[in-house]
Amino acid sequence: MDSLLNPDRPPVFCPGCSHDRSVHTLDRALKEMGLKGSDVVIVSDIGCSGLFDTFFKTHAFHGLHGRALTYAAGIKLAQPHLKVIVTMGDGGLGIGGAHFLAACRRNLDLTLLVLNNFNFGMTGGQFSCTTPEQASVASSFLNLLEKPFDVCNVADCAGAPFVVRSSVYRKDLPELLAEAISFEGFAVLDLWGGCPARYMKKNPLSPKEIESAIEKLQPYRGVVSTNIRREYSSHYREEAAKNTAGVDWQGIEKTFEPTVKERREVVFLGSAGQRVITGGGLLGRAAILAGMNVTQKNDYNITVMRGPSVTEVIVSPQPITYTEVGKPDVIVALSEEGVRKRWGLFEEMEKGGRVILAAGVEIPTTDAEVLEVDYKAGGIKKKERALAALSLLAKSGDPVTLEMLREAICQSFQGKRMEEALGVIVKAAEVPFHVKTQSK
Amino acid sequence: MGLLFVDGNQAVAMGSLYAGCRFFASYPITPASNLLSAMLETLPSAGGIALQGEDEIASIGYCLGASMAGMKVMTATSGPGLSLYSENISFAIAGEIPIVIVNIMRQGPSTGSATRGADGDVQFMRWGCSGGLPVIVLAPADVSDCFTLTVHAFNLAEQFRCPVIIASNKEIGMTSGTLDMERVEKPAVIDRTLHESGPFLPFQVKPGEDVPSFLPIGGPILVRQTSSTHGPDGYITTNPSEIQAGVERLQRKIDSNTESFSYFDLEEREGARTLLVAYGITAGAARAAATELFENQNIPVSLLVLKTLWPVPEQVLQAAAVGMERILVAEMNLGQYVQEIRRVLCNQRVDFYGKMSGQLISPTEIIEEVTHG
Repeated sequence: MDSLLNPDRPPVFCPGCSHDRSVHTLDRALKEMGLKGSDVVIVSDIGCSGLFDTFFKTHAFHGLHGRALTYAAGIKLAQPHLKVIVTMGDGGLGIGGAHFLAACRRNLDLTLLVLNNFNFGMTGGQFSCTTPEQASVASSFLNLLEKPFDVCNVADCAGAPFVVRSSVYRKDLPELLAEAISFEGFAVLDLWGGCPARYMKKNPLSPKEIESAIEKLQPYRGVVSTNIRREYSSHYREEAAKNTAGVDWQGIEKTFEPTVKERREVVFLGSAGQRVITGGGLLGRAAILAGMNVTQKNDYNITVMRGPSVTEVIVSPQPITYTEVGKPDVIVALSEEGVRKRWGLFEEMEKGGRVILAAGVEIPTTDAEVLEVDYKAGGIKKKERALAALSLLAKSGDPVTLEMLREAICQSFQGKRMEEALGVIVKAAEVPFHVKTQSK
Repeated sequence: MGLLFVDGNQAVAMGSLYAGCRFFASYPITPASNLLSAMLETLPSAGGIALQGEDEIASIGYCLGASMAGMKVMTATSGPGLSLYSENISFAIAGEIPIVIVNIMRQGPSTGSATRGADGDVQFMRWGCSGGLPVIVLAPADVSDCFTLTVHAFNLAEQFRCPVIIASNKEIGMTSGTLDMERVEKPAVIDRTLHESGPFLPFQVKPGEDVPSFLPIGGPILVRQTSSTHGPDGYITTNPSEIQAGVERLQRKIDSNTESFSYFDLEEREGARTLLVAYGITAGAARAAATELFENQNIPVSLLVLKTLWPVPEQVLQAAAVGMERILVAEMNLGQYVQEIRRVLCNQRVDFYGKMSGQLISPTEIIEEVTHG
């Protein structure tokens, strides 16, 4: 196979730059593998390592600083046949640290070349996440204070199944790189080299010194057996194929006639665990069975299992423009903390309005009729309260009937959950209620 | 077939599937999290890919990669995540990468009242990235719009090769409503124009056109994408006239076509002296207020609901404002879009009503502003 180097754009690195060596190493690896330009994409980001994509006759994506791994993942998932080669410097690795960890954990079939020259060459030789503490660089004394990052160790800990630490001058690097590219999974190569323009000015670094520095560290020469597992892209497709959930484009068929002529506003004021939002949803679905328009707006604490839970349902044969409740026709008051969330709403209620009040819950005075129900004495469990109140409301046929509610339950739930919900309606019918007179 | 009971975010998910979206990535954030859930539930089984990124920067990065590899892509977030998207949005504009970005607006950073609705990012969406080049921003007012405008957003992203932002709001995204699939507007789906024959340069436009034709990374013909300022060949350029021609084209391809995607509803009433202007969630209250004023108080007020916010539909505004003594703009913030309306209608009286307490602007408040303003 021919070289994949771009004859129109020969490498333009500084004399003595290790990146020049890396470009030719990569070309030899691709050539050895017999790859065509269209089989390969080089994804690079910012800095001198970001020049790599221009030197090759392959697909190319030159992105933002430190983000190369993110674009590469999108490309690989969309075009799984591509060999995706990512080049980043030690600068990009630092700013894109989260992406590096995620890529190691994910194990998508990408090959990452970290062109590690221990400093930010392009911006003036500042310290990077791999600059040795004792080096003299352009960030004053800052690198003395921080421990450099062992790329291979971090990759290993984060789950990368193929990790190499090598000098760019190593003779068999093209073969090793070809092995990394052929490996089906995430392969990381931490390639050490020198930046003659910046780093090496004050920190002489010969190929020999690089070799001996690497020899002192834990060796990484390829497969990390403890991290071997399924490649992400093929595994994703396999799991996705098992997933059969689709979108419901059909909706709720109209099987009842509308029960009200005008907009109705129903508010449930309760607590987490009373299934207030589920109750509001059932009310909505019941109304839709009669072809009416519905909105439902919820309000609950960030603590999912504790605190107030409020749902506002609007039912109307006409289109609903404004989705907030102003003058409720019905308030279902199931708990103190729920009531306190919307205390002012009771004052807005008019004669003809109804409050379904759980016994023992304090509410402000209101012009609405108050129906008090002792759910506790009636044996209605906490999680059944919203539905029990809803079935009392449905008894009046406004804004939905019991028949509509039962149908909504049958369409929303299945099996045991459906039986339980239908059981609540039966049980709730037995619980006595009385009209409570409020003293003003 | 009957009515669907879905929230705005679910309707966006449905619109995206209808439009051919096959790649989605986002990072969880209230009030956009349930859009991530909806996409995870539906996209893989439709043969697509849905991912939860390690952060927002990664999420949009995954999308940009997949888009250049030929897929229709979408991401979703709220204001704090949009901040993190900023640099990649600038890249998508300059690199002409089609992407739909859903911004479910809320009040601000962190938690608490931050997760209540507001239209706090209206100027931020336009000016929140470096370079200042135009972006397209569409604002749905209800679940039906969430479906329809999402299809439009994909069509525009593909047609103009650019990011398109859907400016939703917690109050739309997380409030359920009825969606009638038989009656909802379903725009015809448009795909990006593919390069057909002859030598391919990734950013070359045909004479008289402003949008380069596309080939995916991964096909038989080599494709270059770059975040550097580039010429038609996709290689870095420092040639001032090439740079200037490039940015002018990026501006022109959006701005000169604004009229073709200026979506709006205009309710004109005879004898109206006031034009009410609203968008997003506030449009519903404004509609209720205009109806109430006309039917019960005999005060005719015209109503303009804007569904394209950026580029500013200047001609739509000017036409609707003809003969009006007063323009009243209501929005769920402290006065953002009103600045554009004052700029466009600089010879007319433009008043503002807004708040960002987490509560919706009510029809009563708007009526009060109309009658006593």
